[in-house]
This record gives sequence, C-alpha cells and structure tokens, in this order.
Amino acid sequence: MQMTVSPAKLDNGIGASKEAPATFIESVRTFADQRRSFWIVISLAILFAAWEMAGRIPISFAFPTFFETVAAFAEMVADGSMHRAYFLTLQPLLLGVVLSAVIGIALGVAMGLSDKAEWLLAPVFIVLQAAPMAALVPLVTFVYGIGLTAKTLAVIMLALPVIVLNSYKAVRHVNPSLVDMCRSFQGTRLQQIFKIIIPDASPVLFAGLRLGIAAGFIGVMLAELLITPTGIGDLITYHRSVANYAHMYAAVASIIAVSTLTLAGLQYVETHWLRPEKRRK
Amino acid sequence: MANPALARSSAGVTAVTSNDPVVQVCDVCKNYRDVEALRGINLEFERGKLTTLLGPSGCGKTTLLKIIAGLVPATSGEIRVNGRAVTGPGPERAFVFQDFALMPWATVLRNVAFGLELKGVVSAERNRIARRYIEQVGLAGFEEKYPHELSGGMRQRVGIARAFAVNADVLLLDEPFSAVDEQNRRKFQEDLLRLVEQEKKTFIFVTHSIEEAVYVSDRIVLLSPRPGRISQVIDPMIDRSASPDDIRRDAGYLDVVEEIWQGLRQYAE
Repeated sequence: MQMTVSPAKLDNGIGASKEAPATFIESVRTFADQRRSFWIVISLAILFAAWEMAGRIPISFAFPTFFETVAAFAEMVADGSMHRAYFLTLQPLLLGVVLSAVIGIALGVAMGLSDKAEWLLAPVFIVLQAAPMAALVPLVTFVYGIGLTAKTLAVIMLALPVIVLNSYKAVRHVNPSLVDMCRSFQGTRLQQIFKIIIPDASPVLFAGLRLGIAAGFIGVMLAELLITPTGIGDLITYHRSVANYAHMYAAVASIIAVSTLTLAGLQYVETHWLRPEKRRK
Repeated sequence: MANPALARSSAGVTAVTSNDPVVQVCDVCKNYRDVEALRGINLEFERGKLTTLLGPSGCGKTTLLKIIAGLVPATSGEIRVNGRAVTGPGPERAFVFQDFALMPWATVLRNVAFGLELKGVVSAERNRIARRYIEQVGLAGFEEKYPHELSGGMRQRVGIARAFAVNADVLLLDEPFSAVDEQNRRKFQEDLLRLVEQEKKTFIFVTHSIEEAVYVSDRIVLLSPRPGRISQVIDPMIDRSASPDDIRRDAGYLDVVEEIWQGLRQYAE
C-alpha cells in the first residue's frame, strides 16, 4: 500500500502548478484519497491475485485457483446445495451467538458491578476460556446426540466465556469520574448502569462480542466437522472426500466471508447506534 | 500581616463561622485506612459567596469537596446543607469535575441537559433550559458537537453549564481550570466572576493556584497537609469593580498573594 500511495503524492507535488485535467486517473486518485472502500477493494484484489497465482503454479494439486473456486461456488448456489447447507449451519450459529451475547453480557456486566458475582463466576469462565474446547465438543455429542442442541451448545461453549470475560473487563474499566458525575446528579443505580456504565463500556463490550462471534463460528465448524456431518461442515467434508477441491474451498471461503460480514455489520451497529461520536473523525 | 484594608486574615483558626451559612462542615475527619487525610474540619460557607479551598497537593482539599458533595463518606463528623444533615449527593449541590466528566457519546446539548434527564424532566423542557445555559457560558452554536470536537476550555464550559442547569444553590468546583491553558484560564476566571454576579449562588472552589484563589474568592481557606487541617482564613476584600487587568496589578492583590505564599512556602518541597 505504501508503494501505491507515494507516487500519487509525488505527482501532486510536481503537478500543483500545472492545470490538472480531470482525467480518469485524477478521479480515481481523489476517490482513493477520500474513501476507505477503495483500499478495502485493493487489499482484497491483492489477496485474490496471490491466491490465483498460487493456484496456477500450483502449490498443491489440492489447491484450486481463485476463479475455479468462484465457479464452484456459483455451481453450488445454482444447484441449491449451498442454501441447504447454510440453512442447517446458521440455525445453531444464530441461536448460539444470540444466547451467548445476551447471557454473556448480562453475566459479565453483573460480574463487573458486583464483587460477589465476580468471585462466584470468574473462576468458571477463566477455566472455560483456558480449556481446549475442541476436546470437549465430542463430549457434548455423547450427551445430546447429533442434533441442533449439540451444535448450539458447541457454539455457546466457545463464544460465551470470551463475551463474559470481556464484558466484565469493560465494566471494570468504566471511567469512575463519569460514575461520580451520575451520582452527583442523583442518578439512580439503574440510570447509572444504563446511561453511563453500559455506553461507556460499549467499545470493549463490542470487542468482546466480535471475538465471541468469531469463536462461535469456530464452534459451529468444529461441531459440523467433528460430530454431526451437516451444513457447511458436511459440504467441506464431502467435497474433500471426493477430491472436489474447488468446491471444498468455496465452502470454506464462503463461511469466512459470512463471518467477516457479520463482524463488519456488528461494527456498523456499534458506531451508528451506541457511539455516534465515533463516526466523526 | 498584609495590607489590613484589603485583607482580613486569621491564622491558626479551628472553626470558621458565617452569618448565613448554606453549607456547614462540622468536625469532619477522613481516614483512608491508616492515612489521616482530614482532621477536625469545622467550616461554614456563606450564602452567595465564593469560598476557595486552597492548599498544596495532599492537603485533602479535593477530598473535603467530595465529602461536601456527598460523593465520599466522612469517617466522622457531618455536613449540613441549609441546616439539614446530608449523607449523599442532593439537588441543592452540583459538582464541576476536574476532568470535566463529559459523556463522550453525547452531544453538548445532551451533556448539559443530563442532570435534568436523570431527574425525569421531559426532553423539550430540559433542552430549552440547557440551551439557555449553553448560551450563558458562551457555547451557542456548539449544541450538536461532541466533547472530543471541543477544546479543553470549551469542555469545562460544558461541565459548568451542566452544573448550572440543575439550578442548585451550591456549586462545587474541583480544580475546574487545571486542565485549561493559561490564556483560557484567565478568561475563564473573569467569566466565572460574571456568573457568580449573575447567578447569586454559593460557590465552593478548589484550586492550588494562589493567584486564581485571590482573584476570584470572597474568602480563602488555607489547608495544611498531612493531615489536612485549616491553617488560615483570608478574606481578600478586592474591589472587583476595577478591570481584571487593574486588579492583577493592584498592590493589595499582590500583597494577599504574597501573604498566602508566605503561609504555604513551608509545605513546598
């Protein structure tokens, strides 16, 4: 990126005295100066180009090119297998993430507000966060079989500890001066929590949610790969077993894309609803 | 003793009384674990006056102010406001914070109206009141800005407008100008005097700046450190009808500053 920026700056310096014609390159340059999306597109283009080249060398016969993968993706969308897989994968994911977010933030905030709640709950979640969950996911299958419950539990097991511990930390780092301010104007405890503590904690709270949701995606993939061959996990396993590598990579890439878009959406919610001042630079 | 026409001073006092006290501090002590922060403070704050708590760092002046505000409990003794003992914050006192304590996610308007919002005043009414005080502190036109878009001085004006908006009898200001640069500080002190004149409220002001204390105060209470005790009370008696620049050159003003410095220099490291 540094390489692409510096010549543009150089041109600006030299061409400043001349009449600048409004060429295509000029308009791209102004766009690049002002819009973040330009750089996101460039960044993705570099990534995909590297992928395409690596596939063409090829680095492995099991590694398809970018365009083969896109074609395989289109094929799976066309024959409906992608829809069916997402229908199965998104159910436990959504359920698990929503439950983890609600329970996790509630428990984390409670732990942040009360020492007793902290002493009671912190050890549990610290152990859970440290535990290698991949080893525990098969145990869940023993208890709940291979249905939605087991997959949802796998999501919660991975997402909940991260969300709880981050929410707890977020509340503990609230600016004490703001809490004093609320008290000095005779705010009630509830007003203090909802008008001061949660908004002030929301950046860290949302950082926890982002990590938790990312962990939830890991959870649902683990469950689908390790215990119940359904959904996207099944798509990956099946195409691997029949050596349809382009299809396998398309399934993997699509779940990464869904995860990324979810996290970006969450950031949008945070800056637009909870912390409007962050929109202005 | 300095020029007697300009300053009345009493040293070694243990109690300070006044004719019409709005806040009374009765025998207040404060210990943090085994550290004695304040010992036996007896003070009365006269209605409509500006009293400054002045002293070196560690003398407990901010602690005393927070005890008066009800934000910090006293270890012993009591605070009376309008004759009634209080244990927590109340509607008759409003606090201005050293670090401004503005909500970064709220606009200037919402920040100023926040005291009223907490009391359940409807939005139209509280915004009307807030706009009036925003104008009074000279921030008209900045209602929809966020705190990070303002300079330090402007942020503290928001803090002051918020304290005024709840219409408390007593304003407690904890080193309000310490995070403001020197030029703005002077402008601020002049504005503060104008607000004291207009609003007819009681101000209790904490600062570590001797010049600031002498310039704005009707009465200065000097605290000595470890543990915090009242060491001296000075009434600067400065003629405020003169222009700010004349006051700052006035011999009487400079004498009071010097007298306070002589009293405090023993505590300087």
